[in-house]
Amino acid sequence: MSERPYDIVIGLEVHVQLKTRTKLFCRCSTQFGLSPNTSTCPVCIGMPGSLPVMNREAFGLALKTAVAINCHIPEFTKWDRKQYYYPDLPKGYQISQYDLPMSEKGWLEISDPKGEFEPKKVGITRAHLEEDAGKSLHDEVAGKADSRIDLNRTGTPLLEIVSEPDMRSPREAKAYLTELKLLLEYLDVSDCNMQEGSLRVDANVNLHIHNGEGQKIATPIVEIKNMNSFRAVERALAYEAQRQYEVYQETGRTIGQVPKQTRGWDDQAMVTRGQRHKEESSDYRYFPDPDLCPVITTAAEVEAVRNNLGELPAQLRVRLESTYGITPYDSDVIVSQGRPTVEYFVTLAEATADGKRASNWVQQEVLRVLNETGGAISDFPVKAAGLAVLVKAVIDGELDVSRAKEVFNDMVATGKSAAAIMQERGIEKVDSSALKALCAELLAASPRIVADVKAGKEQAVGAIVGQAKRKNPNVSPGEVRAICLELIQEM
Amino acid sequence: MSLLNHTATELLAKLESREVSSAELTAAYLKQIETLDPQVQAYLRVLPESALAKAKEIDARRAAGQPVGKLGGLPVAIKDVICTQGEVTTCASKMLETFVPPYNATVVEKLRAADAVLIGKTNMDEFAMGGSTENSAFQATKNPWNLECIPGGSSGGAAACLAASMAPLSVGTDTGGSIRQPAALCGVTGMKPTYGRVSRYGLVAFASSLDQIGPLAHTVEDAALLLAVLAGHDPLDSTSADVEVPDYRAALSQPLKGLKIGVIKEHFGEGLDNEIAAAVQAAVQEYEKLGATAKEISLPHSKYGIATYYIIAPCEASSNLARYDGVHYGYRTDEKAMLAELDAERAALVKAGQQQEADNLDTPLVRLYRQSRAEGFGPEVKRRIMLGTYALSAGYYDAYYLKALKVRRLIRQDYDHAFKEVDVILGPTTPTPAFKMGEKLNDPLAMYLEDLYTVTANLAGVGGISIPCGFTKSNLPIGLQIQAPAFAEAKCLQAAHLFQQATDWHNRRAKLQ
Repeated sequence: MSERPYDIVIGLEVHVQLKTRTKLFCRCSTQFGLSPNTSTCPVCIGMPGSLPVMNREAFGLALKTAVAINCHIPEFTKWDRKQYYYPDLPKGYQISQYDLPMSEKGWLEISDPKGEFEPKKVGITRAHLEEDAGKSLHDEVAGKADSRIDLNRTGTPLLEIVSEPDMRSPREAKAYLTELKLLLEYLDVSDCNMQEGSLRVDANVNLHIHNGEGQKIATPIVEIKNMNSFRAVERALAYEAQRQYEVYQETGRTIGQVPKQTRGWDDQAMVTRGQRHKEESSDYRYFPDPDLCPVITTAAEVEAVRNNLGELPAQLRVRLESTYGITPYDSDVIVSQGRPTVEYFVTLAEATADGKRASNWVQQEVLRVLNETGGAISDFPVKAAGLAVLVKAVIDGELDVSRAKEVFNDMVATGKSAAAIMQERGIEKVDSSALKALCAELLAASPRIVADVKAGKEQAVGAIVGQAKRKNPNVSPGEVRAICLELIQEM
Repeated sequence: MSLLNHTATELLAKLESREVSSAELTAAYLKQIETLDPQVQAYLRVLPESALAKAKEIDARRAAGQPVGKLGGLPVAIKDVICTQGEVTTCASKMLETFVPPYNATVVEKLRAADAVLIGKTNMDEFAMGGSTENSAFQATKNPWNLECIPGGSSGGAAACLAASMAPLSVGTDTGGSIRQPAALCGVTGMKPTYGRVSRYGLVAFASSLDQIGPLAHTVEDAALLLAVLAGHDPLDSTSADVEVPDYRAALSQPLKGLKIGVIKEHFGEGLDNEIAAAVQAAVQEYEKLGATAKEISLPHSKYGIATYYIIAPCEASSNLARYDGVHYGYRTDEKAMLAELDAERAALVKAGQQQEADNLDTPLVRLYRQSRAEGFGPEVKRRIMLGTYALSAGYYDAYYLKALKVRRLIRQDYDHAFKEVDVILGPTTPTPAFKMGEKLNDPLAMYLEDLYTVTANLAGVGGISIPCGFTKSNLPIGLQIQAPAFAEAKCLQAAHLFQQATDWHNRRAKLQ
């Protein structure tokens, strides 16, 4: 890695749509894709006299997430109104949390399986619950600037997770997001679908430029919005770092000299662009929402949530590595696939008593097929116990790996058991005396090869292995090779 | 004696004994409204068809021996700040002139279930902001005791319709005195229950932490009848209290022995009308005659009540009223004219070479907001939105809103201390009797002082009732306020009922032709 003349300082704000059936303050459905404005009621469209009532399920999911990202859960939390005018915000304020969020001061550990950065704990400043706004659809047909509002999303529960500016490269930012998303999936608290907007990421980034005299100069902080994938986040951050460096060299502007800027990422042009400043909207006039009661969470409730979290990715990786002797890279691949894949691997590893081999089979065969077909492991025709029979046959030398892979493909295609397919294909273990006889016969017919081997060209024996396999496909190439070399020595 | 001079309790007995039908009673009130409301203008809208249909339906049920609800076909007037499904609900604002709620307020549901006949929607100060009902965008209600005087507010229509016998029961709302003050000025009984006692769902919010729905009636007994229907926990209102509702009418028949009343020292200071002071003193003596012991108590922070209230209420109002933006429902400015005007302004600036100014003009959306709100709200509403917006702004929040919250806590503590010594607190409801229309219209501060004795109950969350306790020389009613601890409405009603059993101020009705 080349030495950059600056550090990149990144903090991320992630909005997670919680997987509740109904909205945060009313009973309307949160289902995605309903026709516009059909999932609305007087409460979520802010009709006069309507009142919010907190959805306990949403608070529960938020609590679970906050505990899982190691946050402190204060006993007392309250709701605040964040006030601004926008057509997709029908009450003129968003119910959010301001000075007393439901959780704060957590962390999430990130690492790179390829070791591109040192493992580190990224601080979580806070995670708070709030309601989503509606969607504005700006339709500019025939020169008319016609805007339409869809309030189906209005009031959907969002958990805003704000990190500390602890990330030092776009790669770390991506690792943080990947780890956070995986955690959310394990917790089953969100669909985490960036396309449908159930996971949204904004980044704050600036540079600490080394001035050559041991000091660092901070550039103005820029907030980047409109990033629709983790890859886009990584690219946008890399672009933005370079841009800020160039701007600094040109203008010498440092933090505090210009107001915080918001830039949007253009995924086509691969650039960030300054967004037009909205109305000077920095004063949201937050104040406690008098329509809602504060929420009290006891230490016992937090403990109960903690005890019911289940095994989370970080713990799982450690367990897979220590129990089954696989590498951090392998455990990361398996854990990243989600809990069902982990269970598949564990069953296979337990049944075969060979973690490394189980890991290889899962990654190279099972995941390969799933990638090709796009299926889910829960629907995969070859169950872990069935695959274990095949892998054990390999371990026992009943067939070699390449033939086993053929059997596996047949199992996937037909749904038949390993034993059935091996029988169909006439695969059986060759008796060692018969194998020895076959080797002796082939060597007798090839004095030239025997001579070559004796002269030190050991690889010449490969031809015999090939001939043996043609005579009997069930032979193990390794065994044939070993027997032949032994016989030649005795000659 | 005319049917309409009876109390609601008496009328209910007549309905139940089938001496009179709900349809006859409803028709009688409709006739009275037709005769007198052109002078009083208490109603914004009368609902003759739906009222008579409901009355007939109740009569049929009663005739068939089927169950009939607690209000048994009594007409009830509703302040136009409470949502009625399918019926225009305006809050006396141009902003909601044509607004038809697709839902009923919880209290409306309860009234319907109790077989009340909703006879009409009463006038009020716009969005319940005011103390004279002169802030209505549509009409000024007159005091039936003197048509040149205001009826009080904001529930001016709710009180005036009773005083003119245009309804036997009426539902109002009280944020800083809006039930008790007009009840006092119109010579009727009006109660603000404890915050959380009655659901606010469907009550168009003015100041959410202070607003409370309550009954207005001729007598305490009638108020108890209506409160029993309105009160109770509502899962749709997070701030409604899950506290059992006692049988208020039954409580009234309980003997009230050894009542300890507290007379608030601070309520007899500067600003209090002499006739009112005398009437309230006389009421205190009446209580002593009835066996109560009276002692002077102090609510030392009550002097900060108005200042505190006029920070907290406008702050909440500025937020609650943000939704009236001309986008989703309610009043919207004439868009075509607005866009043309904006274009003309821009063209003029460009022509004058003022490109910078032209670029700084409102976007059409911002202009839509500004203009719709400028045209849709009246001056008092705008004044309070501005007050609240200012007080919540960055840099002012701590000095105003946060400070006000702290004082509010002190006021609540004052009440806690007082109620350790006494059962109820007595005092005048208002500093002055009804004043002339227009008298305080251009003096908002004088108008705000109308709430001097009532706001503290809202700030503390406790309940209070105003009952008639005399008349001035010019024959204007005087109100006695009785306040009780949180959720002690029964005690409050008992104490008020004790007075009404011994006096007949509450039986007087305004005489109108």
